Amino acid sequence: MDEIQKHLLMEIADLHGIPEGAYNIRSNSKSIGRASSANIEIVSKTDKDGIDIYIKPATKNEAVHIPVIMDKAGIKEMVYNDFHVGAGADVVIVAGCGIHCGSDTGEQHDGIHTFFVEKGARVKYIEKHYGEGDGSGERIMNPTTVVHLAEGAYMEMETTQIKGIDSTKRITQADLADDATFVVHEKIMTHGRQQAETGFEVELNGAGSSTNVISRSVARNSSHQLFLAKIRGNNRCHGHSECDAIIMDDAKISAIPEITANHLEANLIHEAAIGKIAGDQLVKLMTLGLTEKEAETQIVNGFLK
Amino acid sequence: MLELKRVCFGVRNEKGSKEILKDVDLTLEDRQFIVITGPNGGGKSTLAKLIMGIERPVSGQILFNGEDITDWDITRRAQAGISFAFQQPVRFKGITVKDLIRLASGDKALSTNGACRYLSAVGLCAADYVNREVDASLSGGELKRIEIATIIARQTTKLAVFDEPEAGIDLWSFHKLTHVFEKMHEEQRTILIISHQERILNIADEIVLIADGRIQKRGTRDAILPELLEVTGSCNFFKEDEA
Ligand SMILES: Nc1ncnc2c1ncn2[C@@H]1O[C@H](COP(=O)(O)OP(=O)(O)OP(=O)(O)O)[C@@H](O)[C@H]1O
Ligand SMILES: [Mg+2]
Repeated sequence: MDEIQKHLLMEIADLHGIPEGAYNIRSNSKSIGRASSANIEIVSKTDKDGIDIYIKPATKNEAVHIPVIMDKAGIKEMVYNDFHVGAGADVVIVAGCGIHCGSDTGEQHDGIHTFFVEKGARVKYIEKHYGEGDGSGERIMNPTTVVHLAEGAYMEMETTQIKGIDSTKRITQADLADDATFVVHEKIMTHGRQQAETGFEVELNGAGSSTNVISRSVARNSSHQLFLAKIRGNNRCHGHSECDAIIMDDAKISAIPEITANHLEANLIHEAAIGKIAGDQLVKLMTLGLTEKEAETQIVNGFLK
Repeated sequence: MLELKRVCFGVRNEKGSKEILKDVDLTLEDRQFIVITGPNGGGKSTLAKLIMGIERPVSGQILFNGEDITDWDITRRAQAGISFAFQQPVRFKGITVKDLIRLASGDKALSTNGACRYLSAVGLCAADYVNREVDASLSGGELKRIEIATIIARQTTKLAVFDEPEAGIDLWSFHKLTHVFEKMHEEQRTILIISHQERILNIADEIVLIADGRIQKRGTRDAILPELLEVTGSCNFFKEDEA
């Protein structure tokens, strides 16, 4: 790995080198390092590009890292990764994609991650997207996440896209069985002329299932963001989605919620708030000696922390 | 150290213009402890905001240590040593109590212990609060104390302005808080507190009474207290009604 690749890895996975435990590092469309552990097995797919990750039932306190880094101009790839999380397991999965673009030819990574989370298993899924480089080529990422939660399963998904991705269209779909829980924390910041679209579709099929989808975003300059959240309550369930956005400069943000109750005991809430940075917040920080710009930075960083 | 000269302030709205402060002359000497009191809507908070630079006078002049600061922005005044605790403290999503105290202290490397010291001073059990966000989950009294802690954390303060620090704080705790003001005063700072609290009026060097946008009277506690009852006991609205 060269310095650029090491840096990308650092940004998306907080990794200083080769991770512990099971991992697969994909660089410019090839796996450049892989390890399985006693409980977690990673195998390449034979019918298409991607990997299968098998996590044995009752595997506890283990992590899987599957970072993707790209720094070669012109790459355009579509990757399928499937996660099979055995019953009663409790694991952390760290994914993420870093693109360095040093030329005027763009790079694009599209990925479909599918999770089969078995009965009572718990997954924390962390995904970071990051772009850099002074090339004018577009850095494009279109991640799709499909989640199937079996009875009593729990998944928490943390996605972050703070810098450097010119265009993104992310889709997250989930279906939940009885007593399953799906929690999402999404953070997005867009600059320049970037476009970000994020759509959630959650089917609350099981009795006692619940979801909480929380998106915090900041749109600056003349960037555009679109937030779509569809939650369908098909049983006795709780659903909550929240879009909280700060708009700056000439940016545009739309939040389109859709909540559908197909059951009398479905309890669904959507909250959306879009606005500029509150004037009194700026004033308070300025009374502490910060300049207006510094105050703005602190407020935005805190909001997306 | 602080001098307001014939300061006027007003706002314009759909009903025309409204005068809020009229020809305010006010001088604070170095290390004085002054309390401003008076009826609701009298113009006390507005005066504090003019001192901090949050509002600008329509006419008149503000001097700080002999320098004309009338056109200075908030940041510059803060950096010159003016601090201000809001009557209604601001909430932030994502900024923690520790972040806020760190920003106030100006010490980028402020330790958790350092932040805790300031929180303890306002009677908050620091460990429970340092990592909490300064958001809607804090109670009114907690938020108010954190606001006061941000002022204590500003070591460079020369003039500290507190706008109704007692509001929302239970009486027992407030008794302890008065020591905070006395301590700041002992540390050679000039203190200006807007308050309706007798305990605060009692520890001030002088009391300034503001009503109807004017300074009505200034003097020691004994001279002002009787006057205060007179002013707050009157209400033009009901008087007109009776007539
Ligand atoms: N931006 C504004 N627009 C209209 N009126 C205002 C504005 N700001 C202040 N006022 C009015 O000016 C008057 C003085 O307000 P100020 O907040 O200074 O009062 P106060 O003395 O601090 O009162 P309190 O004891 O209730 O805190 C009030 O009548 C208030 O309604
Ligand atoms: Mg007031």
